[in-house]
Amino acid sequence: MSFTGVMRPGHAAIRVLDMAEAVEYYVERVGLIKTDEDKQGRVYLKGWDELDCFSLVLREADSPGIDFMGFKVCKESDLDDFEAKLKEYGQNVERMPAGELIKCGERVRFDSPSGHTFELYAEKEYLGDGLGRLNPNPWPEGLKGMQVHRFDHCLLYGSNAIGTVNLFRDVLGFDLTEQVLNPEGEIAAAFLSCSNKAHDIAILEHPEPGKLHHVSFMLMTWEEVLRAADIMSMHDIAIDIGPTRHGITRGQTIYFFDPSGNRNEVFCGDYTWYPDREPITWQPEELGKAIFYHDRKLNENFLGVVT
Amino acid sequence: MYQISIEDSDEVFDCAADRNVLKAMEKLGRSGIPIGCRGGGCGVCRVQVLGKGQYHTGKMSREQVPADDEKKGICLACKLIPESNLRLKVLGKWQKHFSDNRVSENQKLGT
Repeated sequence: MSFTGVMRPGHAAIRVLDMAEAVEYYVERVGLIKTDEDKQGRVYLKGWDELDCFSLVLREADSPGIDFMGFKVCKESDLDDFEAKLKEYGQNVERMPAGELIKCGERVRFDSPSGHTFELYAEKEYLGDGLGRLNPNPWPEGLKGMQVHRFDHCLLYGSNAIGTVNLFRDVLGFDLTEQVLNPEGEIAAAFLSCSNKAHDIAILEHPEPGKLHHVSFMLMTWEEVLRAADIMSMHDIAIDIGPTRHGITRGQTIYFFDPSGNRNEVFCGDYTWYPDREPITWQPEELGKAIFYHDRKLNENFLGVVT
Repeated sequence: MYQISIEDSDEVFDCAADRNVLKAMEKLGRSGIPIGCRGGGCGVCRVQVLGKGQYHTGKMSREQVPADDEKKGICLACKLIPESNLRLKVLGKWQKHFSDNRVSENQKLGT
């Protein structure tokens, strides 16, 4: 095991306008599995291929958007190390007690220049994928809807995005895998990896702080992305764009909206990141192709609609 | 079936009594109201009901439609269900984003 520090995106906690409608959508259509519910009424879900007991937390509220995104670290002592480094860097840091999110250990919560709240944790209860670890079958029967494998990443929009990008690189040890430059040659959007995925989080400069662009779930094949699109039309789910391909990360993708207007993505097929790769740069004049490789032009909905 | 008209434009389209205004517009291939998330979340399709139109709404983001605005007839077209003919003023505007200048440049390149 050569991963150190931050291991992977572990959960996203998002707000929905109507819990019953949201649970039906995320379970029956997206294909997540509901694993728990707490006294506050928050609902916990996971993809079938995830082993920890949740990766998406839903909270009913009067405005949609993202409450926080959590990352799993490799070991308990990483929490102390990162807490000290984050404080030294100037972030507001708070310890969330074990069990505040059901079956999750203590979390180190911190703010960011783009107005988003993040957290780190080391422990979450193992639930498994229903296949076991002894001569397992390749997939479980009885999956629903799009049958997403797992929560993969978020794209967040906020003011001073570069501040958050620097925080993730300088303090949390993320690699910059791809960057989009503005006409002044500054980073307008950054794709960051803590693993060997093409992105574990992406951040884009935007006038308002703390916004959610999308929560992304992983599929394995282009055929599965197409099938997900079929399910969207069967159930009149609002599609934003796709199925198509990104220039950035090469992913094959479709974007759509949950019943509260939070954007979701299902995608497959990005490349493998290793730390000896150099970041990829997209110039402003090629931004259309960078985002949607076939359309090759900018899409106002995709760039402007956030929660 | 009710008639929906958009202020300061020639757009007029029909909307069934059980359908939201934005979906009715989209289904008919009409335009006039900007389309966003279609879920009451993003605020792109903000409109104001003018005059004495009767309607009800589904749950909308409070951030996009504060209570005071709601009293003035402001709502999101994707959550607006007509109970009479309605005259609407479009309020929703695209958020300024980093690529504003390049949208037009790139669209030129793309055509």
